[in-house]
Amino acid sequence: MLPKLAKRPTPSRFMVYLSPVLALFLSLLAGIVLFLIMDVSPWTALHAFFIEPISSAYGLSELAVKATPLILIGVALSLGFKAGVWNIGAEGQLIVGGLCGGAVALYFYEQEGFHIIPLMMLAGVFGGMAWAAIVAFLRVKFNANEILTSLMLSYVAGLWLNLMVHGPLKDPEGFNFPESRIFSDSAMLPLLHEDYRLHIGFLLALVIVGLGWILISRTLLGYQIKVSGAAPAAGEHAGFSTARIIWVTLLIGGGVAGLAGMIEVSGPIGQLLPSISPGYGFTAIIVAYVGRLHPVGALFAGLLLALTYLGGETAQIQLNLPVAVTGVFQGLLLFFLLACDVLIHYRLQFKQPALAARGA
Amino acid sequence: MLIKKTLTMLAAMALAVNGGAAAELKVGFVYVGPIGDHGWSYQHDQGRLAVEKELGVETSYVESVAEGADAERVIRQLASSGHDLIFTTSFGYMNPTNKVAKRFKKVKFEHATGYKRAKNVSTYSSRFYEGRAIIGAIAGRMTKSNVVGYIASFPIPEVIRGIDAFTLALRKENPDAIVKVVWVNSWFDPGKESDAAKALIDQGADIITQHTDSPAPLQVAEKRGVYAFGQASDMKAFAPKAQLTSIIDDWSPYYIERVKAVMDGSWESKDTWGGLDTGMVKMAPYGDAVPEDVRKLADSIEKSIVDGSFHPFQGPIKNQKGELVVKEGEILSDEVLVGLDWYVEGVEGSIPK
Amino acid sequence: MEILVPALLTIITAATPLLFAALGELITEKSGVLNLGVEGMMVMGAIIGFVAVHYSGSAFIAVIASMLAGGVMAAIFALLVLRFHASQVPTGLALTIFGIGLSALIGQSMIGIAYEGIPHVSIPFLSSIPVLGALLFSHDLLVYFSLVMVFAVYYFLNKTRGGLILRAIGDSHDAAHAMGYSVIRVRLLATLFGGAMAGLGGAYLSLAYSPLWVEQMTAGRGWIALALVVFATWRTGRVLLGAYLFGGITILQLHAQALGIGVPAQVMSMLPYLATVLVLVLISRDLGKIKLNAPASLGKAFHASS
Repeated sequence: MLPKLAKRPTPSRFMVYLSPVLALFLSLLAGIVLFLIMDVSPWTALHAFFIEPISSAYGLSELAVKATPLILIGVALSLGFKAGVWNIGAEGQLIVGGLCGGAVALYFYEQEGFHIIPLMMLAGVFGGMAWAAIVAFLRVKFNANEILTSLMLSYVAGLWLNLMVHGPLKDPEGFNFPESRIFSDSAMLPLLHEDYRLHIGFLLALVIVGLGWILISRTLLGYQIKVSGAAPAAGEHAGFSTARIIWVTLLIGGGVAGLAGMIEVSGPIGQLLPSISPGYGFTAIIVAYVGRLHPVGALFAGLLLALTYLGGETAQIQLNLPVAVTGVFQGLLLFFLLACDVLIHYRLQFKQPALAARGA
Repeated sequence: MLIKKTLTMLAAMALAVNGGAAAELKVGFVYVGPIGDHGWSYQHDQGRLAVEKELGVETSYVESVAEGADAERVIRQLASSGHDLIFTTSFGYMNPTNKVAKRFKKVKFEHATGYKRAKNVSTYSSRFYEGRAIIGAIAGRMTKSNVVGYIASFPIPEVIRGIDAFTLALRKENPDAIVKVVWVNSWFDPGKESDAAKALIDQGADIITQHTDSPAPLQVAEKRGVYAFGQASDMKAFAPKAQLTSIIDDWSPYYIERVKAVMDGSWESKDTWGGLDTGMVKMAPYGDAVPEDVRKLADSIEKSIVDGSFHPFQGPIKNQKGELVVKEGEILSDEVLVGLDWYVEGVEGSIPK
Repeated sequence: MEILVPALLTIITAATPLLFAALGELITEKSGVLNLGVEGMMVMGAIIGFVAVHYSGSAFIAVIASMLAGGVMAAIFALLVLRFHASQVPTGLALTIFGIGLSALIGQSMIGIAYEGIPHVSIPFLSSIPVLGALLFSHDLLVYFSLVMVFAVYYFLNKTRGGLILRAIGDSHDAAHAMGYSVIRVRLLATLFGGAMAGLGGAYLSLAYSPLWVEQMTAGRGWIALALVVFATWRTGRVLLGAYLFGGITILQLHAQALGIGVPAQVMSMLPYLATVLVLVLISRDLGKIKLNAPASLGKAFHASS
């Protein structure tokens, strides 16, 4: 039997911290069952998933590299989601940002100087913003729902990037393969340690987390965003313009996603390819929610999601597990994370709560 | 240099003495798609399984590795976890492979379809276009509408080489035939591939060929009563009547040869562009619909390609404008073929750029 | 004419999986639940349908099995969202990740296996009418069923008490609850229906459209179906319009390529997406009409005591 839920008078501070722990515990149990079914040792598999990838400084640096775009976009999207603006096309904004940043790098090819990186960043941010601005414009001016427009524009962005690397941005010495030149050193983000791929983009992500936190908790705009999301009518009454909130959240989301795209091409990739993101823009939606639409939450959620990808690779290498198992396990983990958050606002009305929760 | 050679020799001797040590060799594979794509990555994995079976070495693989930031991490992880030889099986892994190779000098790398090599990085690729020359000739003899449909994925040189080789062979047999190309912008999307096949058949094509991975176009051909050619593997099960033959990628012989080379210490960096002669490209048995004289023609083309008396890109070759680009008696060089980016006469439409 | 009829037939095939999944999602969303896991439910329907036809040989059993598979996936979603008040957006996305992984695991032994496709039904006499006969009366059964479902969904939403309750709950769950309706039960049923229809849409791919199994063969169609519900501004008729518009432009651009039009293929491939945006802009300009149709509590959690 499922336990009954009763609403708590106030959210439980305790459960805010305990629920992810509980979710992780339940995922481990589910993982043990899953791996037993797959006929591999659960201990080895879980070790490969969660411990092995971060048991060296190199592993930790790779975790940060993988998490950087997820954290960046996760923070930016959480602002929009809080305001009830459904930008699910961050993937497209990331691609256009990467494309614009990359185009600047190629324009300054073989030039040196400290101006190149800032220019690339600006191009990336403005590219992403411009892509999101189309969505905002169509929403505010024509009332076109942003779920559809932002998603459709993501596909368009992907094809556009593909077109550009097959055409104008193709490496002239690359035997007509669809890749740009490799960026010169001045167009590559500085590394934090010469042996690793960890670049200053990760520090930027941390800065964005901080800025996001200040914005949402300390500024009038943050307050307006929260009110608009919770009670749009009340927001209008209080004199906040809905149109302004839509514009601001989409531009922030698009700009940061564009920055993330620029960081990817200028950091770990180092050139333009037909595809520069394995769906970071979509995964970041999960990151935003698992992080409970809070910038610091997005930081942890981004690291956790990144860890599951790294762990999936390790599990494949060490145990010859197909990548499909990673997907199933990731899905289960997310189910538990999302379900356990119920305990923050509700409590179980049963004598044996721990036992009952396992029924989930 | 000398020291290194001595060391490898010593290592090889040690292997020879201690026979069981061969089992300690570890080989890694990186795939761009899921093994279940039943196409490109699937065929590479068949090669991996053949290596395991034939040589008893330990192998590992990582599938669905995006060409981008992830590739370098995966390749490096394989290199640092005791793999002696690593096959990276997609063009987009070229720069990540070379980057990792610089750091792990003792590990050997094999990159498919690329052009950058290093002391510990070989490249290998397959001359699929030789197969295209054979099916082009079959199509030329068998088309009645003189329109052949070509379903293409992305406008990279390899795909364009295939289209050109096919068209040259087609028009050698049948100067009136033309090739219509539809790009689906995907390597595998069975729905879209079958849509493209239908569109081409609706526009008069009575033979369909494809450079995408799934058997969906063959199923359409079977249903519509036209002919088609398989891709990557023998797809007769999907189109028993429609499949005339299929160009099969077989990576097993190459993979086994290279793993053996590492085992006996003879591995050296080189570029392999294998075709029908090496067994990297194979033709599936002919379908029942192929008449005797056409089989003979196809067999003779295959033989002449293998013995070198014929080259699919041998002049005269005209471009789309009708200008003679390769004179009679000349052959388009490998350097040009690697980066081929123009259509020959007889292909309709223009290359997406 | 010679090209037109077969082209239209291709468009119908291309639109049918989108239509199934979008109709299901329409009902789900009308009840106030936003399930972004359509892609995951579709791909599960595709593999379970294929496995079922492989082992049973019966297309009918396969179709039922695929609907059950989609339904089970939707039940997971419903349990998390309706029972444990998990946020709908990320739960749907997690469902997609889960479904793509699980379908690949189940499908490992199905690769390279052929199936001839579910039978086409030519209605005697009618199907031999020139042009119209081929266009209207010679499809596989699922195509007819998809059109029947358009009418059924329309009728249910607009002409029945059940539809009224569903819409009431989608518009204001608190008001509907106060009137004594079981919000959770209705939403559960609507979600399950959405899952079953998505499963069916997936099965259409693996049983009729391109009867085979390869991993991730839905190739993003679940996302398109989701967008079509928004495109339709939550109206049944416009779901049909949207599915055929999207399918139509997809096919027409392939035809245009085959004719040798000198436009880059990537640009041609953009057309269906751009056209949907454009048409949405045109039909969305009238603010009042949309608000009437969009379920006001879409995506919001409901708890009886709140």
